[in-house]
Amino acid sequence: MGGVHPHDNKISRECRIEPLPIAPTVYISVAQHIGAPSVPVVAVGDKVKVGQVVAEPGGFVGAFIHSSVSGTVKSIAPRADLAGRMATHIEIAVEGDEWLEGIDRSETLVTAIPEDKKAILDKIRQGGVVGLGGATFPTHVKLSPPPGSKCERVIINGCECEPYLTSDFRTLLEKGEQVVVGAAILKYVMGGVPCTIAIEENKPEAIEHIREVIARLGYEGIEVMVMKMRYPQGGEKQLIDAVMGRQVGSGALPISVGAVVQNVATALAVYDAVQKNKPIIDNSVTITGQCFPKQANLLVRVGTPLRYILDYLGGIPAEAAKIISGGPMMGRAVANLDAATVKGTGALLLLTEAQTRRAPESNCIRCGKCADACPMGLEPFLLNKLARAKDWEASEANAAQDCIECGCCLYSCPAHIPLLDNIRVAKGFVLGAIRNRAAAAKAAAEAAKASADAKK
Amino acid sequence: MLNIIIWTIAVVTVLGLLLALVLYLVAKKFKVEEDPRIDEVEKVMPGANCGGCGFAGCRAFAEAAVKAPNLDKNYCPVGGNDTMAKVAAILGFEVQAKAPQVAVVRCNGNCEARPKVNEYDGYASCFVKSTLYTGDTGCAFGCLGCGDCVAACQFGALSMNPETGLPVVDASKCTACGSCVKACPKRVIELRPQGPRGMREFVSCINKDKGPVAKKACASACIGCGICAKTCTHEAIVVENNLAYIDPAKCKLCRECEAMCPTGAIHGVNFPKPLDKDAIKERIKIRQQKAKEQAAAAAAAAKEAPVNPVASEESKKKEDKKDE
Repeated sequence: MGGVHPHDNKISRECRIEPLPIAPTVYISVAQHIGAPSVPVVAVGDKVKVGQVVAEPGGFVGAFIHSSVSGTVKSIAPRADLAGRMATHIEIAVEGDEWLEGIDRSETLVTAIPEDKKAILDKIRQGGVVGLGGATFPTHVKLSPPPGSKCERVIINGCECEPYLTSDFRTLLEKGEQVVVGAAILKYVMGGVPCTIAIEENKPEAIEHIREVIARLGYEGIEVMVMKMRYPQGGEKQLIDAVMGRQVGSGALPISVGAVVQNVATALAVYDAVQKNKPIIDNSVTITGQCFPKQANLLVRVGTPLRYILDYLGGIPAEAAKIISGGPMMGRAVANLDAATVKGTGALLLLTEAQTRRAPESNCIRCGKCADACPMGLEPFLLNKLARAKDWEASEANAAQDCIECGCCLYSCPAHIPLLDNIRVAKGFVLGAIRNRAAAAKAAAEAAKASADAKK
Repeated sequence: MLNIIIWTIAVVTVLGLLLALVLYLVAKKFKVEEDPRIDEVEKVMPGANCGGCGFAGCRAFAEAAVKAPNLDKNYCPVGGNDTMAKVAAILGFEVQAKAPQVAVVRCNGNCEARPKVNEYDGYASCFVKSTLYTGDTGCAFGCLGCGDCVAACQFGALSMNPETGLPVVDASKCTACGSCVKACPKRVIELRPQGPRGMREFVSCINKDKGPVAKKACASACIGCGICAKTCTHEAIVVENNLAYIDPAKCKLCRECEAMCPTGAIHGVNFPKPLDKDAIKERIKIRQQKAKEQAAAAAAAAKEAPVNPVASEESKKKEDKKDE
């Protein structure tokens, strides 16, 4: 349902993933995932090695954060992130490249999967693995379905439906074996259910390569599914619909229809964490844009300042008017080039002024294109009106909270109405109201329980 | 011919009378008993239906006011004390006069003091902008400059100053309904008492960053240095989270804090004379000198009659340090 067909613009598809030289100083944020920020466990002046834990989870939905470099902790202080918001960052001055013992840095493929599922999950947790498709949800939480729910299929998301992005494609081509073993681990953890690696048809080389790898490694129950090109097919709920033909309800989790979706990069991170003891210390980032002469897919250490990456590739061209972290549809404009990369940073896209200019807004002509394009089956034109009227109750009744912010409505609107901008505001208020209600209900239940206990 | 006309008139008249009777009976039968005072109260309301009182329009306010046991929770900021006195007279309540309020913009980061660090080209709405990022200046707290407050004001009291990029309140038009306060995602605007003859003193900044960070982002930010709080002899200023706040109930409008503020974040408006910083600084200096002398004299007196030699020793040390 819904979706649009933007030009895929995968101009960096031929660029191999190259390691980026380590920056002289890295800034590792403690808030790199959905959930509670992690708590730093190192002190200023400490010597750290690559792969050493520098922050521990601040709650159940949390993740370990590891040092991506070896060196000395210079400071633990608030620092502006991509959007200018302050978050605690651990500043590490780099000295050499000394790795923690126990991390297997060799290229040999380890296919033997450990038997103990709990141990695997623990390794994933200890490795700080989070969903690298963009949402950065802690993977071990996703792999521990609540009691009563049953996983029926593991889906490895290799759609990469966002235009311009090529890091998942290159990962499939260059680390295909590791991704497939990662998929096999996920399949094993979820109880041996069938596993689908979903790849869009604009990546024929990747489809062929992964099919060949699966045949070579002799895995049963892992198959490649060729998907038609459609944005936002890589969205979790959209992909489940496309692969399994099941719709996830409003506010429900994918496990409610028996699906667990993990990104290609996450599968690779699972392989690294389980088979090689290597936590997430780097991730591949696409640096692209028509105005950028040196397209690249780089393996970047977590915490590298964006300016360092761009300077390495020859600096920012004069024509570039906007730098976007992520793809052109869902990515956010970077407000602060001194911000450092996080685990979820997938791309830097440089656009010219002509590419980013917004056409002037005109009146809604009720053509319904936004409603056709919405992959969540919402009515963006209506939500836009409700948001402008600041009617959050009606926004909730019309499911503003289900918006995945894919931008299809904005893309398809012939009147150039800033639909997504307004819906995002409404979504924020509605989610806040839902959280407040849940907190109030919890407090009331606790109070009732306390008074009942007192009566006893 | 004439016959037809007479018949028509007769039929229509009889029909009209019959229907009027039906309407009369129905109206009698289904009459809604309503407190007549609601209408009276509504009549004396300003009729702006702005929602500043917290109710959906003047009628809703009137209904609530009539039902409520007193007027403590119901106050029409637009009509002010005059209107509330009338309402109280109708309902037979006592009403406490409230100091008339006015919207105050607590950000003075103009284009010069608070240079832009990036260019925002998205949809021109402060709420949208605030969901995307912290803004196009280095300050994560201050005015975003897209004018949501101006759009929210129904009385035309707010306008954007193109030179500073900040909203300006026309105090003569502001009714303190609070629409702008709700419209601002950064909570930059605050309702404060108008003050005697419109004179008021306030900190025109809400930046809670530490001094150096705030100063780097905006030259006229409150850096939380606390000089104002130390200077104030009325204990009207609290510095919390690196931000000073002047309590309007305690402020005596002496303007000493304004003169001492190193960044000019404290603003005084509608004072008859311009601020004479040097004179005020001189005055504070003399006062502090006097206080010091008094303290020294007290210490000397304590020394002459040494009840607790250790304590006097310590105070002597302190004095020495001060002299240095």
